[in-house]
Amino acid sequence: MEKLIVIGNGMAGVACVEQILKHSPRFDITIFGEETHVNYNRILLSSVLAGEKEMDDITINGLDWYQSNNISLRLGVRITGIDPVAKTVTGDDGSTIHYDKLLIAAGSTPLIPPMEGTTKQGVYCFRNLDDTRALLERARPGVKAVVIGGGLLGLEAARGLQVQGADVTVVHLMDRLMERQLDYTGGLFLKRKIEELGVKVLLEKSTSEILGNGHVEGLRFEDGETIEAGLVVIAAGIRPNVELGRKASLTVNRGIVVNNYMETSDPDIFAVGECVEHNCVCYGLVAPLYEQGKVLAATITGNRGPVYKGSISAAKLKIMGVDVFSAGFTDDTVAGVEAVRYEDPSLGVYKKLTLKDGCLAGVILVGDVADSHRYTEWLKDGTDLSAQRRNLLFPGSAPDTGCDVASIPDSETVCGCMGVTKGDIISAIHEKGLQTLAQVKEATRASSGCGSCTELCKGLLKAVVPEFEEDQKKVLCACVPFTQENLREMVRTQHLKSVQEVLDIYGNGHGCEICKPALSYMVDMTWCGDHEEDRSARFINDRVHANIQRDGTFSVVPRMRGGVTSPAELRRIADVSEKYNVPMVKVTGSQRLDLLGVRKEDLPAIWAELGMPSGQAYTKGVRMVKTCVGTTFCRFGTQDSISAGIELERRLENLFTPHKTKMGVVGCPRNCAEATVKDIGMVGQEGSWQVVVGGAAGKSVRKADLLITVESTEEALTAAQLFFQYYREHANYLERTYDFVERLGMEKVRKETVYAPPAVREALLDRLAKAKALSRDAWLEREAPVNPTQFVQIQPMETIAL
Amino acid sequence: MKWIKITETSNIPKREGRSVKVGSHEIAIFNLGDRFLAIQNSCPHGGGPLADGIVSGNSVVCPLHGWKTCLESGEVQRPKDLQSCVRRYPVKVEEGVVLVQIEATAKGRETQERMCTA
Repeated sequence: MEKLIVIGNGMAGVACVEQILKHSPRFDITIFGEETHVNYNRILLSSVLAGEKEMDDITINGLDWYQSNNISLRLGVRITGIDPVAKTVTGDDGSTIHYDKLLIAAGSTPLIPPMEGTTKQGVYCFRNLDDTRALLERARPGVKAVVIGGGLLGLEAARGLQVQGADVTVVHLMDRLMERQLDYTGGLFLKRKIEELGVKVLLEKSTSEILGNGHVEGLRFEDGETIEAGLVVIAAGIRPNVELGRKASLTVNRGIVVNNYMETSDPDIFAVGECVEHNCVCYGLVAPLYEQGKVLAATITGNRGPVYKGSISAAKLKIMGVDVFSAGFTDDTVAGVEAVRYEDPSLGVYKKLTLKDGCLAGVILVGDVADSHRYTEWLKDGTDLSAQRRNLLFPGSAPDTGCDVASIPDSETVCGCMGVTKGDIISAIHEKGLQTLAQVKEATRASSGCGSCTELCKGLLKAVVPEFEEDQKKVLCACVPFTQENLREMVRTQHLKSVQEVLDIYGNGHGCEICKPALSYMVDMTWCGDHEEDRSARFINDRVHANIQRDGTFSVVPRMRGGVTSPAELRRIADVSEKYNVPMVKVTGSQRLDLLGVRKEDLPAIWAELGMPSGQAYTKGVRMVKTCVGTTFCRFGTQDSISAGIELERRLENLFTPHKTKMGVVGCPRNCAEATVKDIGMVGQEGSWQVVVGGAAGKSVRKADLLITVESTEEALTAAQLFFQYYREHANYLERTYDFVERLGMEKVRKETVYAPPAVREALLDRLAKAKALSRDAWLEREAPVNPTQFVQIQPMETIAL
Repeated sequence: MKWIKITETSNIPKREGRSVKVGSHEIAIFNLGDRFLAIQNSCPHGGGPLADGIVSGNSVVCPLHGWKTCLESGEVQRPKDLQSCVRRYPVKVEEGVVLVQIEATAKGRETQERMCTA
């Protein structure tokens, strides 16, 4: 077997090895990686920084993949020398290994512009997992961060740092952001959007020096101005790693030069990815890696034939709410190139197509990228557009998927991140009987990268699997055959203020135990008090405000905000338990006390004698806020978690939610009250709070996602309230927060809550305040029951011996 | 067989049930809006209090595990094909008062069970 050595364990090297493995297994493969991690998806580092993904989530190939393919993996070893005559490589660990074929996939390194002080502490690049980890550790509220470079990577880094709470400024040398991809107008539209997010942008600024005594304190520009900074990220471009190519005496220009078969000037050495130069072009994006890898795999395995024709550079910015797409040749100042434009400043939409000889040459889309796939196809195919000049910017009656999946050729790449074609997906669906998007992701990896091809994948599933049904299309139940989203809309717009009204107008008139409680919630949430409450549509727990037990008795859990009680309360609980012969008193998992086995008719008296409000332990509503001791007593506490927890509980208690809502507040990352597995959690750290949502520790266990990091307790409470009300308004009944955030995606949730425009945030808080004002402690019904027999057992008017 | 006065109609809200003890019988009486129906207040599954269930048309859903029982026939409708049933009691309303008819215990239950499995 021939020995194949691969230098580089990044996306290009490993993707190429995957392609090689698809041909006959003729190589004994060893991969050298300078980083100490298995292969991961580098383009998702910005999602890790933005807290949208965990580091583990972006692994592409785990160790088991290397093992099952008999690949030896040497991590943490840098190859320092190549001897093309002896055909050996030498590592920095001193080892020298022979190769028959050598694949260089050494990638690139960040370009550091000439300036003073780049080695100071607090100056980072944004290139690998270690950089990302370091940035995550240092970015926090109050930190002033400066990103040098306003390209794709710089902007994504800026957004990530800002999500972590930092005060971020982007400093860019050119007169517009992303100047390689955008024209001046496109750059202006983008700048406005970035500034709307709260990131400051300085253009035409050249940094001359990074200031500070050991640790970075600021920046000085060439015009003499200075800016304060505690953290600097340099994202000014990349430089292909060509040193090894030079050492192997290969032809090297800017990159290692390869021909159309991906061969270098040495017949046994090949190169792929960001370190190569093909036809005078070096690529820094992901799609070309796959196209090159396929050709290289054919060549190296003795199937020389397929040629690499170069890639159309297409770039998509991965920042929530900032849609930018650019591809091809977009400069229309060149003779023979004309531009077709559309711009709407209020909507923030800018589109420009460049045409040459009747064909599409390039495209810029800002604010609306729905048509990016159509344009990419036109670019690749060189479609003659003369006949459809009137429909270039606005397709006539295109199908609503935005793209007709049937018209895509099988060879077309659907997922650019993972290099998956339409044919791959279709055959996987057929061969493996896939039915859901999750299965497609697992089997083909399509849509597991940046996610921008999700709609296309769904379209393919729809076309091939007739049973495929998106979750959102599910109707509530047969009694009212509409989706919950439709029903919420109907309740609101048709002013339906009772469950029976909805059932009479849109349903079968009587409803069932599935739809009645759901409709009760919708009506209550929409009209909050300004409606006719129909107790018959609610579960028994919500008629008597206690949790029914297996023997028909009930349990009573009084509210104990933040899990804090007092001797007086405990004494009353003890007295009540004895007086009413409560069979069991138990400490719950929610830091409260549960009185179990209470008879329905005793409920009102017990509530009165307890003198405590309802803990809502029986309903789909605000359960509790669990807290740790925090700075009040704990010597490790960094935040006053008890006060914050009690305040959070006070602000939200007595409200109903689509499913139960459990919360937790902890005073330090030790997480003693398990806030990271709660529906809403606040995690205190030195000087700030992380607000996390969508956690679970029930039937499924899920770590909560970061919503936002903020400095003050008040800001954290507000963020929690925004999410809470958003969940109330948009989740389906019986949908827990962890399913809700996964269905919507954290990007959307953040964009529509904590990062929504001020007016939207205020409206959410106003609606919450209105609902809160009309809500009341359910146990007060002990004094004014909704009907005389709510709690009382009916006594027959006459008795009889039977 | 005697009609027994139970309670004023207003004590049983529309589309809800209430339980009442008459001698050894525990009965769940439901107000369906246009009529009242009564069955034993014990689900054949785990003895759950049917009076506390949600009414769905002319059926009631047990609050414990969701068994669905027809208030008119007494048959369990969910789970399907179970051929289990609950005892029914004739009901009438006179002068705003709900009356229930109860026949002698042992014999009555026997008749009902035979009807159900037939």
